[in-house]
Amino acid sequence: MANATAAQNSHDAHDHPTGWKRYVYSTNHKDIGTMYLIFAIIAGIIGGALSGFMRWELAEPGIQIFPGLASIVYGADWQSAAALDAGKHMYNVFTTAHGLIMVFFVVMPALIGGYSNWFVPLMIGAPDMAFPRMNNISFWLLPPAFILLLMSMFFEGPPGGMGTGGGWTVYPPLSTSGQPGPAMDFAILSLHVAGASSILGAINFITTIFNMRAPGMTLHKMPLFPWSILVTAFLLLLSLPVLAGAITMLLTDRNFGTTFFDPAGGGDPILFQHLFWFFGHPEVYIMILPGFGIVSHIVSTFSRKPVFGYLAMVYAMVAIGFVGFIVWAHHMYTTGISLDTQRYFVFATMVIAVPTGVKIFSWIATMWGGSIEFRTPMLWAIGFIFLFTVGGVTGVVLANAGADRSLHDTYYVVAHFHYVLSLGAVFAIFAAWYYWYPKMFGYMYNETLGKLHFWVMFIGVNLIFFPQHFLGLNGMPRRYIDYPEAFAYWNMVSSIGYLIMALGLVFFFAGIVESVMKKRKAGDNPWGEGATTLEWTLPSPPPFHQFETLPKVK
Amino acid sequence: MSQRETGVSKLLARLAKITSAITLGLLPTAALAQNGQPEPGAIGLQESVTPIMDSTIAFHNGLLMWIITLITIFVTGLLIWVIVRYNKRANPTPSKFTHNTLVEIVWTVVPIIILIVIAVPSFGVLSDQMTVPDGERKYLGSNIFSRDGGEVVPAPELTIRVSGQQWYWDYEYPDLNNAAYSSYMLTKEEIAEQKPGQPYLLAVDNELVVPVDTTVRVEVTAGDVIHAFAVPAFGNKTDAVPGRLNETWFNVRKEGLYYGQCSELCGKDHAFMPIAVRVVSKEEFAAWAEIMEAEDDVEAANETLASL
Repeated sequence: MANATAAQNSHDAHDHPTGWKRYVYSTNHKDIGTMYLIFAIIAGIIGGALSGFMRWELAEPGIQIFPGLASIVYGADWQSAAALDAGKHMYNVFTTAHGLIMVFFVVMPALIGGYSNWFVPLMIGAPDMAFPRMNNISFWLLPPAFILLLMSMFFEGPPGGMGTGGGWTVYPPLSTSGQPGPAMDFAILSLHVAGASSILGAINFITTIFNMRAPGMTLHKMPLFPWSILVTAFLLLLSLPVLAGAITMLLTDRNFGTTFFDPAGGGDPILFQHLFWFFGHPEVYIMILPGFGIVSHIVSTFSRKPVFGYLAMVYAMVAIGFVGFIVWAHHMYTTGISLDTQRYFVFATMVIAVPTGVKIFSWIATMWGGSIEFRTPMLWAIGFIFLFTVGGVTGVVLANAGADRSLHDTYYVVAHFHYVLSLGAVFAIFAAWYYWYPKMFGYMYNETLGKLHFWVMFIGVNLIFFPQHFLGLNGMPRRYIDYPEAFAYWNMVSSIGYLIMALGLVFFFAGIVESVMKKRKAGDNPWGEGATTLEWTLPSPPPFHQFETLPKVK
Repeated sequence: MSQRETGVSKLLARLAKITSAITLGLLPTAALAQNGQPEPGAIGLQESVTPIMDSTIAFHNGLLMWIITLITIFVTGLLIWVIVRYNKRANPTPSKFTHNTLVEIVWTVVPIIILIVIAVPSFGVLSDQMTVPDGERKYLGSNIFSRDGGEVVPAPELTIRVSGQQWYWDYEYPDLNNAAYSSYMLTKEEIAEQKPGQPYLLAVDNELVVPVDTTVRVEVTAGDVIHAFAVPAFGNKTDAVPGRLNETWFNVRKEGLYYGQCSELCGKDHAFMPIAVRVVSKEEFAAWAEIMEAEDDVEAANETLASL
């Protein structure tokens, strides 16, 4: 077998690049996954800092922070009218960038690029992704996309302002004639590149999951996390091209004289909203579905009980994914769409509550009768279930066009989508972080720091976002740099909540540093008999190439 | 309307009352209830002065709030129960069940029933909002569970054209010889000079003036980018879209000043183009309208209004 050994060695040499080449040229799903996670953490710090400035500004009525910030960053004259205008615009730039960064450069890279790259192949018993080189380009498209977005903040937007302040929804005409400078074009190109990255990733996951499952692993035996990624990948594949088309039309409207969205040339601004939300609504499920998969595994592992109602869980996700495509105009109840259209979208939107309820109750049923151990990942998962429930029920309120008339574009909506995304998806990201940290890096995290991270952040985010329901009900519109005196109380509470949440993040980073310094070996399976998926059969961290002999699934 | 339906709506009205009582009790600062503007520390919807907002409040406070609060308490209760009863210490050996058909059917069917209970008034409330009165159609008001509605709202007697601009509102009265004016936010200094006591970021130089107890049809559009015309106390929010004419309506039962704010991101001064509606008696409006129709001079008309 000398030949075979030689072949094995040369194979290893070929696939073991070292130094910078290991990462820049990487075709290894685990290295690419790690790069995605690091990227998401860096982008998360930037996106989180932007919201910090927003909460700082909103802590009290009046405009305090942004004119000064504009003076520092863009060199407008301190305390001049120009600085005030630049500051007001800068606030919109921050809300826009915060939204785009958190969606495209934090949540998606962490859940889909990071954890899915790492664990979809491991959980389905595959040696790597189906298209390793495409995996490389999927990742390496992201940093340029992110840089384009950051650069846009330093180019001219509207007269007297830098960057694009059209909101993450980039509705025309504010994003066309309203932002004449090149900043908006940078943002559009950034979304094009990030979208291409995601579409390539989606193709890779679909192919991997369909073709590379271990012998014996039928789709109905596949763990729920790969299932959630399969559904997510289909949503990406079907929705992102629509966004790409819409923003291309925006680009040609801006630069080449087309009038898709300009009524003066026979176009319609509402057309863009239909196209955007045809992408945008599936997008919110893209962000939360991987979290569903993660939470199912964690709940099952730490309850030492198999997932309750596995098939119902699978088809609830499929149903949510499908219905997610036919509810988009519930974001547009106030745009003047007809009564019948609104009736349909109310009905379709409320339908989503049913499979979502199935998921919530099945998680609780998985815990029911279990022997629950409250390790850090489990705290995050239970926190997820609670927060997602709160975000879910306010979603039912907003689904009703009759109630949404009063709540649309107020802080109630901000509270709602942060409960499901900032608290739902982000809690799933942290749950997965602690759950898979020992597997990915081979070291055990510090349980005390992990729990402190959870509790401080849980209190912080609730303090930020729960009072925003009150502000919204009482009529405070979103995307406002300043507000009437009456809204001062809950805004202050919300801003204090931000500080507490930021303190929670200190424990997150402290936990990473501590674990790297202490180097506690995690072992193959630190969670015991409850952890039944294939990744726990491998060493921690797994070898550079795993499953060279495919595992057999009974 | 059948006896039972009346009973249900009575019950709901009582629940709504209790909800608002709880709301008031929880206020962190004792605020005098003022119509038409946000209140310090408030946690609920603004007070209603139109049939549409009546139904929104009955729907939200009287039905939705109860349902979502109970669901959240129920799920939290279940979570606490499994945490207490099925933790490692209390239950060292986990059971291995993974199915229970009956429970699965229950948690699919019960949410569907709850959604139907929500949907019935939801569609009624929505239809009312989107239908301009013709003088015969009945509107639900706070009776959101009644099938044929309660109050008849008169057909519109006045039409107003509202146009959002960066960053102010244009108001036009086609019925008053196309009299038109613009409405700008007042600075703090201007408020102190011209309208002391009015809230900053809500007070404007020239309010939209409409008569009380009159159905007003509003045509909403925009000149540059998308804005949104919203007055919370009226339960109204309509996007102002360039190239489109969106229709809405209101019928206010109480004289006073009602404030709203632009509700669609429209650029740097998005937060600085409030909406203020001055609802006056029919006689006062007639006097105001006379000057507007003859002279198209909003300042003179407003002065007349002040002198009445």
